[in-house]
Amino acid sequence: MMVLPRRAFVLMAAAGVVLPAGVRAKPGEVEALIRAVAGGGVVRAGRVRLAVPELVENGNAVGISVGAEVPAGAVLTDIHVFADGNPRPGVAHFRFGRLSGGGKVATRIRLATSQTVHAVAVFADGSCWHDSVSVLVTLSACLDD
Amino acid sequence: MLVCLGLLGAAEEKRSGYDDAGPQVRAMQDDDLANPAFLWVQQGAAVWGQGCADCHGAVEGMRGVAARYPVVERGRVVNLEQRVNECRVERQGVAALAPEGEAMLGVTALIGLQSRGMAVAVDVSGPAAGHVARGEAFFRLRQGQLNLSCAQCHEQLAGQSLAGARIVQGHANAYPIYRLEWQGMGSLFRRLRACLTGVRAEVLGRDEGLLGDLELFLAARGAGLKVETPGVRP
Amino acid sequence: MVRPLLNVPREVRAGVAFEVRILIQHAMETGFRRDAMGMVVAQDIINRFECAVDGEEVFSATLHPAISANPYLAFSARLGRSGTMVLRWVDDRGGEGREEVSISVS
Ligand code: HEC
Ligand code: HEC
Repeated sequence: MMVLPRRAFVLMAAAGVVLPAGVRAKPGEVEALIRAVAGGGVVRAGRVRLAVPELVENGNAVGISVGAEVPAGAVLTDIHVFADGNPRPGVAHFRFGRLSGGGKVATRIRLATSQTVHAVAVFADGSCWHDSVSVLVTLSACLDD
Repeated sequence: MLVCLGLLGAAEEKRSGYDDAGPQVRAMQDDDLANPAFLWVQQGAAVWGQGCADCHGAVEGMRGVAARYPVVERGRVVNLEQRVNECRVERQGVAALAPEGEAMLGVTALIGLQSRGMAVAVDVSGPAAGHVARGEAFFRLRQGQLNLSCAQCHEQLAGQSLAGARIVQGHANAYPIYRLEWQGMGSLFRRLRACLTGVRAEVLGRDEGLLGDLELFLAARGAGLKVETPGVRP
Repeated sequence: MVRPLLNVPREVRAGVAFEVRILIQHAMETGFRRDAMGMVVAQDIINRFECAVDGEEVFSATLHPAISANPYLAFSARLGRSGTMVLRWVDDRGGEGREEVSISVS
């Protein structure tokens, strides 16, 4: 079996992901952002589900979806998404109006490195719900022009 | 494992880059509303409407064309980009499109899309045979600081992992593609440049005959695979 | 701006949620990338996206550089009567995009 020279790995492993890996959000930054969203209230698990693939081939476009379970009578107003391993942890803030058809949103995001993605759903009664997923980001191989 | 290696030469099992991609990349390619390449296809349709349609009619008439490109003509290999520019300059009397500009990527993606699902079937007979042979020789040539040939990666190592990425068989059946790494659309030539740069080899010139030979060989080597244009790759 | 790829049903049932999907061509420059000369390329992203029907908000988003190039958004809406859906977005350089779709509700 042919084995690639070690040098080949080193030379070809440069990823070129646009967000610089290594420059992470400061420890505690995401926690502080979540606390700010909750306005000092409690943040509970449940009611919100974040779906992110656990293994990602290229951090430039990672499909995510966030779904909130909205019980009868409750009104979802906001969903925030944070990524703790990006240089800046803010990803998106979604607002749901009266004509929104249920608390679901999907998009594609950049992940600079392996990290944890967080979603926080806020309801009109002020209650706050949290979910998170740890993601492993592999690099892509060939160098680019 | 050992027995699996080297079988590709015998055309045992051709796998497109799609087959070796992860579920998210495949899902993106499977859904035309999620595949960003369709933003370029839409631009291609605008180009088509500005003159091409006057002679060719609806673009659906191009079905099957991309599956049999590149072709050999008057002693040289002509790919789809070159054919489009030939039409613009010699027949339509307008300026050539920048070879890797958005308009060219768009119109070649649009033409390629008409053949989606059809088997790649280039003509390798007669005068084409020599070009295919030259392309294959280049494919097997060890080059660059890493002294690697295309074949070493795309035949012997195909299926293995390189720094986290799976090494694919290196087929050309999905071009132009939307590549996540580029965050945009790119031609087959751009992909080939990336591979050549990867092994620290000299990059072929756009108008070098050898590039055409290589593109024709790649198509011949991928014969029977389905056209996937516009594909999505990591 | 180049027109987006937009998928919205033109006819829907009253009170039944439906999906809106949009793909917008935009480099979404992060502000972290360096060009060939080593200069940092200024941030230029679509920072705001809004969807409303006859002036009433359906969904909106404040976006950061962590949103991928050529952004994709899918969300849902539920209408009680026919109306005009307007989707709008702006980028850091003041570039604007706008699409309008009439939706008939039965
Ligand atoms: C060191 C290993 C290596 C060498 C040598 C190499 N490539 Fe590649 N090539 C790759 C990898 C890895 C990919 C896939 C990258 C990705 O999309 O994830 C690739 C992708 C490709 C693709 C695109 C496949 C697709 O599905 O879109 C083609 C075509 C290709 N290579 C042709 C060549 C040619 C021709 C040469 C020689 C000039 C060459 N490669 C040399 C590693 C290599
Ligand atoms: C003045 C008429 C005219 C215009 C305008 C024109 N073409 Fe053509 N095109 C032709 C003719 C004639 C041929 C050669 C006959 C053939 O193969 O169909 C041809 C061949 C082609 C082919 C190769 C078809 C094949 O089967 O190999 C492609 C692809 C093509 N044209 C694309 C375009 C595009 C894209 C445009 C617009 C940018 C365009 N043409 C504009 C007349 C035209």
